[in-house]
Amino acid sequence: MNHLIPFWFIVIAILWTGFFILEGFDFGVGMLHGVVGQDEAGRRAAINTIGPLWDGNEVWLIVAGASMFAAFPGWYATMFSALYLALVLLLISLIIRGVAFEYRGKRDAARWRRTWDVLLTVGSLLAPLLLGIALGDLLHGLPINASQNFTGSFWDLLQPYAVFTGVTFVLICLQHGATFLCLKTTDRMRERSWLAARRVAPFTAAAVTGFIIWTHVTASTAFFLNVIELLAVLAAIAAAWLVYEHREGFAFAASAVTIAACVVSIFVDLYPNVMVSSTNHAYNLTVYNTASGAYSLKAMTVVVIIFLPLVLGYQTWTYYVFRRRVSRKEFLPREPASDVTAPPAGSGERSESSAAEDARPRPGAI
Amino acid sequence: MTSIDLARVQFAFTSINHFFFVPITIGLAFLTALLQTAWYRSGRADYLRLTRFFGALLVINVAIGVVTGIVQEFEFGMNWGAYSRLVGNVFGAPLAMEGLAAFFLESVFLGLWLFGWDKLPRRVHLLTIWAVSFGSALSAAFIMAANSWMQHPVGYVMVNGKPQLNDIWALLTNPVFVWGYAKVLFVSLVTGAMIMLAVSAWHLRHRGEPEVFTRSARIALIVLVPAMLFTLLVGDELGVIEGKYQPMKIAAAEAQWTTCQPCSFSLFQIGGGNNDETPTQIIEIPHLLSLLATNHWNGQVVGMNELQSQYSKQYGPGNYVPNVFIQYWSMRVMAYLGALVLLISLWGLWLIRRKKLETSRIFLWVAIWSTVLPFAMNTAGWLLTESGRQPWIVQGIMLTKNGISPTVSVTWLWISLIAFILLYGTLGTVNLILMLRYSRRSLEPERTETDPHAAVPAVQY
Repeated sequence: MNHLIPFWFIVIAILWTGFFILEGFDFGVGMLHGVVGQDEAGRRAAINTIGPLWDGNEVWLIVAGASMFAAFPGWYATMFSALYLALVLLLISLIIRGVAFEYRGKRDAARWRRTWDVLLTVGSLLAPLLLGIALGDLLHGLPINASQNFTGSFWDLLQPYAVFTGVTFVLICLQHGATFLCLKTTDRMRERSWLAARRVAPFTAAAVTGFIIWTHVTASTAFFLNVIELLAVLAAIAAAWLVYEHREGFAFAASAVTIAACVVSIFVDLYPNVMVSSTNHAYNLTVYNTASGAYSLKAMTVVVIIFLPLVLGYQTWTYYVFRRRVSRKEFLPREPASDVTAPPAGSGERSESSAAEDARPRPGAI
Repeated sequence: MTSIDLARVQFAFTSINHFFFVPITIGLAFLTALLQTAWYRSGRADYLRLTRFFGALLVINVAIGVVTGIVQEFEFGMNWGAYSRLVGNVFGAPLAMEGLAAFFLESVFLGLWLFGWDKLPRRVHLLTIWAVSFGSALSAAFIMAANSWMQHPVGYVMVNGKPQLNDIWALLTNPVFVWGYAKVLFVSLVTGAMIMLAVSAWHLRHRGEPEVFTRSARIALIVLVPAMLFTLLVGDELGVIEGKYQPMKIAAAEAQWTTCQPCSFSLFQIGGGNNDETPTQIIEIPHLLSLLATNHWNGQVVGMNELQSQYSKQYGPGNYVPNVFIQYWSMRVMAYLGALVLLISLWGLWLIRRKKLETSRIFLWVAIWSTVLPFAMNTAGWLLTESGRQPWIVQGIMLTKNGISPTVSVTWLWISLIAFILLYGTLGTVNLILMLRYSRRSLEPERTETDPHAAVPAVQY
């Protein structure tokens, strides 16, 4: 028995969890930037709260995918070809979302920016929905034959449990993003972010509870929830309560725990399977019948043990460097022909004083 | 079209597109880091303005380079399921290592560089762009190690008909990888430097800030000349190495059906497709092919007919000849364009020595339009490498036709192919328009702060 096989299952679960904790609020901010930011300056402020972070956050997904390829080629091959059309849609969402960040500020034209705003919102909504559907399908099962090949159609992917998982993930991302914006914006935007979080929170808590019960019933014969499942429900309820109590920092932490516990509970309930076959449980893909050879697992273990802590180190440092709140006032136009890509941000005092002059509503700001 | 054709067209389309952005990123990240280092060391405002200017061009490309890279990673599982299942434990390892060691570095530090101008000490901020440059180059190393394994599999044993990795160092010292990677680095510098030269030339032609853009044109040329020279030299050595491990690829590149010794190189030919074994070859240079393919004046190049019968005996009946037309012409397009780029850059260097660069309107015009050359050259190079490996997906181990996902239907493949063509077409156009627009912008005004240590404003979305 090779201990590196379960180890790599854990690594992959960690990578997916890290991805959802980090990119989860990016998705939320993407969905909410038009709601929280009422005008162009507000929308830009919302986007810039994740500006320096989203790219590094998204790499967690890339690494999760590549690790599945390397450690469990059979899992990667079956999952990615089974989820084919869903992944095409996911790729399209990630692509339009990624370039939207970069491109929307590159032209100072209202229609151009509205277009990218819409694409950013839609992309940020579809991505967690589709990823949720994908993870839900792993656990609830897809028609898979004895040679580990998917035999169903696109509609098999959209089974109720999977769709519900997707919707739950969208709601958690919404709340996670809203509480993140509470922590990263100022004044009216902060207030609006809190309102958004408050509106979403009860639905999120309800959805998470439903999702956990459904997951438990699907995957386990035990009556009581396991620790992780219980944690997810408690964290979701706590997150809602903390939002109502206006405890922004703790609310964000609670939504991070919620999203992490939901992802982990899928992986915990899945193990030792990696994909359930609804055709016949004997055809289930497991960590053992899909894993790579001992040598490649060992080589990758060395790499992951060296580099994952390093990545965590410099990524944490990034969050420290960009810990400051982002104010909408930084993005109010100073002069008619200001350069949109590199506004002179300057020191805090200066932007405060010039913002005071610009505080009156400007026609055509949207 | 069959599933195999569709999956191949899709992979070719997405990877050719992806490789438009990869060399820009690697090349421009290095050049931007160079400019910022010059600013850091000299304190001259011109270098800062150039850093910001070319940094903006870099960033426009990174976004699309990153997202098109995700597609590449997903495609192995989506379209090439049987391939992934068979070779994942060798081929997947470098991909996973790429993400952990390189892609994280590149992405996280790009955010730090872009948004950290006014938040980090200058020395630390300089290090962030070097981290981006290093990360993007390292990323290409792992990808090339994976790709080289498909060309020349090493470091594995067959267990129950499946290749199992047993020596990761063999993967990383694979001669095809070492030389192929060197070539990727050099063509990336060529691509980045050519863009820098062309943009500078455009501004010089339009008389915008001649002093600053002469400086950037000079830097571009100083990088371009040796990079192009080394690309050609490394490419030549790579040809010899591939000739050893993939003789069919090299024979097809020369449309060499019969074994020859010594072999002459034809500059041009008419005919010579897959069913035409007697093309009209025009201007033959004696001994040159022997020299190129074997490094020996009288070296022997085994012809495709002989290789075909040899492979049929070894691997069973089948057609082991790649598309000769693609091989022959991609080889020539690549080599001729490379030589052309070298000539143009030498011309520029000569003009710089004569201090005539900014006034030579003909050169400036040529330099502007030369931007397309590295892209055509790179695409031809990849066609030569990848099409020349056919019919194998992994040389000697798996045929391409056996690598596709068995359950992915033709309809799905059509849907995804059309979606990617539309999406890439639109985004490519938008990217091009933005690049042109940003290339033609004037430099940021020189900052007027009296305090030279005042923070440089950060870039924001």
